[in-house]
Amino acid sequence: MKILSAWLRSYLPALEVSDRQLADDLTLRGIAVEGVFDLGPGNGSLFEMDITTNRVDAMNHYGIAREVAAIYDIPLAPLDASLPAAKPAKLPFPVRIEANDLCGRFTARVLRDVNIAPSSGDVTQRFALLEQKLIGNAVDATNFVTMAMGHPTHAFDLDKVEGGIVVRRAQAGERLRLLDGTERALAAEDLVVADEKRALALAGVMGGWDTMITPETKNILVEAAWFDPGAVRRSSRRHGLHTDASHRFERGADFAAAPIASALVSRLILAAGGHMEGELIDVVVPEIAARTIERPAISLHLREVARILGKTANGRPIDASTVERYLTGLGVGMQKAAAEMYVAALPSWRLDLEHEIDLIEEIARLHGYNRFANTLPPFAGSVTELPWAAKETALRRALRAAGYTEAIGSTFCSAIDAATFAQQPNSWVPLGNPLSEEVGCLRPSLVPGMLSMLAHNLNREVDDLRLFEMGAIFSGGTERVHEKPSLVLGATGTAIAPHPLAGMRDYSFYDLKGIAEELLARFVTKSIYFDTFPASTGLMPSWLHPARAARVVVDGETIGFFGELAAPEAQSRKLRQTVFVGEFDLERLFHRALRAPAVRDLSCFPAVVRDFSFTFPDAVHWRQIADALLSLAIQEMRSIEPREIFRDKKEASGQYALLLRAVFQAQDRTLRLEELHDWARRIFAALMELGGQPRFPLELL
Amino acid sequence: MTNQDTWPELPGYTDDILNEVFSHFQQRLNADLEGVETEDGREHLRIKWLGRKSGLLKQINDTYVQKTPPEFKKNVGHRFNAFRQSVEFELDPRKISKRTGIAVETLEQLGGGQSKKVVEKSVIDITLPGIRPTLGMEHPLIRTMQEIVRVFEHMGYSVGVGPEVETDYYNFEALNFPPDHPARDTQDTLVVARQEHKPLRDRLLLRTHTSPVQIRTMERQPPPVRIVIPGKVHRNDAADATHSPIFHQVEGLCVDENITFSDLKGTLDHAMKELFGSSVRTRFFPSFFPFTEPSADVQISCIFCGGKGCRKCKHSGWIELLGCGMVNPAVFEFVRGKQPAYDPKKISGFAFGMGVDRIAMMKYGISDIGLLYSGDMRFLEQFA
Ligand SMILES: [Zn+2]
Repeated sequence: MKILSAWLRSYLPALEVSDRQLADDLTLRGIAVEGVFDLGPGNGSLFEMDITTNRVDAMNHYGIAREVAAIYDIPLAPLDASLPAAKPAKLPFPVRIEANDLCGRFTARVLRDVNIAPSSGDVTQRFALLEQKLIGNAVDATNFVTMAMGHPTHAFDLDKVEGGIVVRRAQAGERLRLLDGTERALAAEDLVVADEKRALALAGVMGGWDTMITPETKNILVEAAWFDPGAVRRSSRRHGLHTDASHRFERGADFAAAPIASALVSRLILAAGGHMEGELIDVVVPEIAARTIERPAISLHLREVARILGKTANGRPIDASTVERYLTGLGVGMQKAAAEMYVAALPSWRLDLEHEIDLIEEIARLHGYNRFANTLPPFAGSVTELPWAAKETALRRALRAAGYTEAIGSTFCSAIDAATFAQQPNSWVPLGNPLSEEVGCLRPSLVPGMLSMLAHNLNREVDDLRLFEMGAIFSGGTERVHEKPSLVLGATGTAIAPHPLAGMRDYSFYDLKGIAEELLARFVTKSIYFDTFPASTGLMPSWLHPARAARVVVDGETIGFFGELAAPEAQSRKLRQTVFVGEFDLERLFHRALRAPAVRDLSCFPAVVRDFSFTFPDAVHWRQIADALLSLAIQEMRSIEPREIFRDKKEASGQYALLLRAVFQAQDRTLRLEELHDWARRIFAALMELGGQPRFPLELL
Repeated sequence: MTNQDTWPELPGYTDDILNEVFSHFQQRLNADLEGVETEDGREHLRIKWLGRKSGLLKQINDTYVQKTPPEFKKNVGHRFNAFRQSVEFELDPRKISKRTGIAVETLEQLGGGQSKKVVEKSVIDITLPGIRPTLGMEHPLIRTMQEIVRVFEHMGYSVGVGPEVETDYYNFEALNFPPDHPARDTQDTLVVARQEHKPLRDRLLLRTHTSPVQIRTMERQPPPVRIVIPGKVHRNDAADATHSPIFHQVEGLCVDENITFSDLKGTLDHAMKELFGSSVRTRFFPSFFPFTEPSADVQISCIFCGGKGCRKCKHSGWIELLGCGMVNPAVFEFVRGKQPAYDPKKISGFAFGMGVDRIAMMKYGISDIGLLYSGDMRFLEQFA
C-alpha cells in the first residue's frame, strides 16, 4: 500500500519529525514502512507500507495518521464531512435490506445535475504522486475517499436504477455484468445490491456495468455501506475478484464510517456542480450494530498488563497514566472503574479489539517492543529428548561413516508410484489439491523419491552415488492416515572411490547387505536373517529384481527389503546403470534398544587359522554351510567365513569352489594339535554331509 | 680422494657437529658410488672403504670413534654403526646377509634408500591424488535444525514432534484461526482428498506449521511446559528459488506461571546469541499471528556485516528470522477442556517459530531452496 507523507501531515498539523523518523517510528509500532521514496521538494515522501491483515483500520491515510497522533501524543484533525444544504426530495429514496444478516448498514445519497468532469485539486495532485490513474471526478472521488479514510463507497448512475435499492442474496444462476466487463453467474450465497428488477453490484466487491458512471451521467446515487466480512470474502473468492473494496470489507470495515465516507465523496463530486436531493438515507440493522459499533466495553486490569508484559528496559512498570494515554490516543474510551482497573469502550474502527489481551498488545505496541527488558524465566525442570533421537543419531553416524550422504526428497509421488510402492495393496493417500498430478499422493514409501534423486544425479553425469533418506511415509487412505518413520538407501556406480592405481569394483548387492547388517548391529536383537521368495508368491516388492533381492527379518518381524532395482522400474525411469535400493521400517526397528558395547576378555593364547577348500553344488547356500558348522558347537571356533568363491564361467558345471576359513582360539590354553585335528575332521564330515567334495585331503591341513 | 686423507680434529661432540661430519662421509660415499660403473670398479671401492688395514671406514673408526671421550662414545658410536651399515649395504651386502641371516635379494628390496637401483625401482608419483575414503555428508537442513534444537535444549527445552498429516482442529481451529481465515484456503494448504463429508475440525491436511504440536503437547501435560519442536511442514506453494511446497520449522513453547513478554524477548535474544555469536543483537516488531498476542517479528543484526549493511541484509543491517508472541488466551481456552490447569488467568506463555530452510540458506549462502530437496550430490558433497 502506498501512503503520502504530505497527506498524513494534512491531518497532523503538529507533526514535527522528519519523514524518515516517522517511517522508523511507525515500523517499530507494527505499522511497517518497507520503503521511503523522496517525491521531490514540497511533495514529501512516498511510504511503501505493509499492513498486517488484522489492521484494516490502518490501510488508509487517516488511519495511519491516527496511529501517528497516538505515538507522538499530538492532535488529529477531524475529517471535514460538512455538506451544502440539500434540496428537499418529494419522497425519501427507497432502500431495503433483505439480507439483514449480511448487510449491517446501507446509506444512500442522491446527487442531481452533477457534472462528470476530470478531477482537480487534491485529487489530481495526490493521484499523480501515487501514480494512480484518473478516471473522472465521480469514480476518482470514491477511490480518493477509500485512500483517505478507508471506507469503500460506490457511485451508481441513478437514472439506470429502476425503483429503489434492495440488498439481498442473489438468485442462483442470476447474471451480473461487472465493471471489469465480465459477466458472472451468481451463486445463492452472493450478496448483491439490486434494484427492484435486477442485481446492480456484487456487494462490497465490485459495481455493475449497467449502472456505471459515464460522461453522460447526470444523477448519481452514492452508496456507503457495511457488509459482513465473511460474505464479502466468500464472494471475492468465488469469483476470483480481489478488489480494494473487498480487501477492506472482508477484514471488517468501520460501521460508523459509512455516513462520513458518503459525505466526503459527495463533497468531491458536487465541487464540479450539482446538488443533493433529500437527506442521507441510512438503514441500520440493529443486531449487527450491537455486534460492532455498540459492542460492550471491556475491562482492563493494570495487574494483567504487568503479568503479561513483564519489565520495561528502564525497570519501571508501565504506569496507569501511560496506559491511559496510549489507549485514549487510539480512540479507546478509558473509564477508571477501580484503583487498578479501567472500563474500555472500543472504537468502531477497531473490530480486531475484543478482549483484554488485545488492549495489552496495543499498550506493548505503542510503548515499543524494544523498550521492554530482556529477561530469562527461571527453570527448574529436566530436559527429555525424544526416545528415538539417539537411535536416529546412531543410524545417521553409521551411514555417513559408510559413505552415505543424507538427502531429503519429496513428500509426494504420483498415483502410479503410490500404487507400485505402497507397502500394503491400495494403502496410500491421495491429495485433494495437489500442485500437479506428478505429486498427487503422499509417499507410501521413500523408494520412489530415492529413485528420483538417483536419476537426478545420473542425468548430471554424477555416477557414483550413495544416498539415504529418513522420513515419514504414509499409508491408509483418506479416512485415516497412518504415518511412520522409514529409512531408504540408494546406491549405484563403484563401490570404492576410483583411483588409477587401485582396483575398481562396482557396487553390489553385498555392499547393500553389508550396510543393512551394520545398521542392525546397532540394536539389541535376538535373531536376524535374510531370505527371499519367488516372484510368483507376491511376497517380494515388485520393484526389486526377482533374483537379487532379500527380505530382512529381525526377531521374527519383517524390517525391510533391499536389492537390485527391477529392470522394468529402472527402464521406466531411464536409469542407465544398475541401481541398488532398500527400505527399512524404522517404527519397528526403533522398538529395539540401542546396543551398548560389551567387552569380552582377550585371550592371551594364540589363534590358529585353518582353511578348508571344498566344491559344492550350486543349490547349497552359505547359510546352510554356516548353520551346519555352527551346529557342531565347537566352543573354540571363533569365526568361520567364506574367503574365496570360484565358479567356472565357461562351464555351467552346477558347482562352485569355496575356500572357507575357520579361526580357533581358547581363553585358557594353547590349542593342541590333536584338538585341531579332531575339529577339522568334524568340519570335513559336516561339509561332506551337505554334498561338499574336498579339493585337498584332510591330511594336508 | 685418497687414503692419505688428513682427518681434521672435531671441534666438539654436539649433535650438530656430528651430523655434519657423518653427512660429509655419506656424501663422499655417494660421490664414489656415482662414479662406479663396472664390477671391477666396485671391487676397488670395496677395498677403499672396507679394506681391513687402511679402509676409510677403519680410518674413521681409528681417528674418531676410538678417540672419543667416554661420555660421547654412545653418540658417535651409533652414527658410525649406521654409516658402516650403509657402506656395507652398498659395497658388500653379503656381509650383512651373513650377519643377519636375511637374503641378499631381500636386503636389496628393503633398501635403506641409498641403492640407486633399488630407489629407481620403487619410485612412485607422490603427486597423484590419494585414495580417499568416501564419507557421507550431513544434510544442511538436518544440521541446522539440530543446532537450533541443541541451543534450546541447553535452555531447558525438551524435544517434541508430531504428525505431518494433521486435522483442521490442531492446525487451525485450536490455534485460534477463524473458520474463514485465508490460511485455511486450499490455495495455501495442501489437503487430503475426499474430506468434504467430515466436520471441518476433523478434515485432514498437511500441517502448514509445527504449531499443532504446541496444542498436542499441552493436551498431554499440564504446565510448566518447555518444548522445542523441529519438523517438516508443507504449503500449497509452487516451487521457485525461494519457495518450496516442503520446508522445515523449529517451533518453541514455554508456559508457566508468570511468563512475560520480556521473558520471550530475553529467551530469543539469548538463543540467537548462542546460535549466531554473542555479538548478535535482536529487535522486535509488532506482528500478527492468530495464536499469539502480542505477536512479534524478530530481526537479528546481520551476521555477515555486523549491522553495517551489505548485500545479504539488503543494506539494512538486519535480517528477519523469527515470528513469536505471547500465547493467545484463546489458545489456552481450547486446551483447557483436556487440561484444566491452562487457565489463562493463572498461567501465561510464549511461542516462537523459525524457518530452518531460510536460516540454512542464509548461513551457507544457498540461493535456491530447491537444492535442499534435490538429493543433488554436487550440492550435498559441499557439506563435509
Ligand atoms: Zn549485512
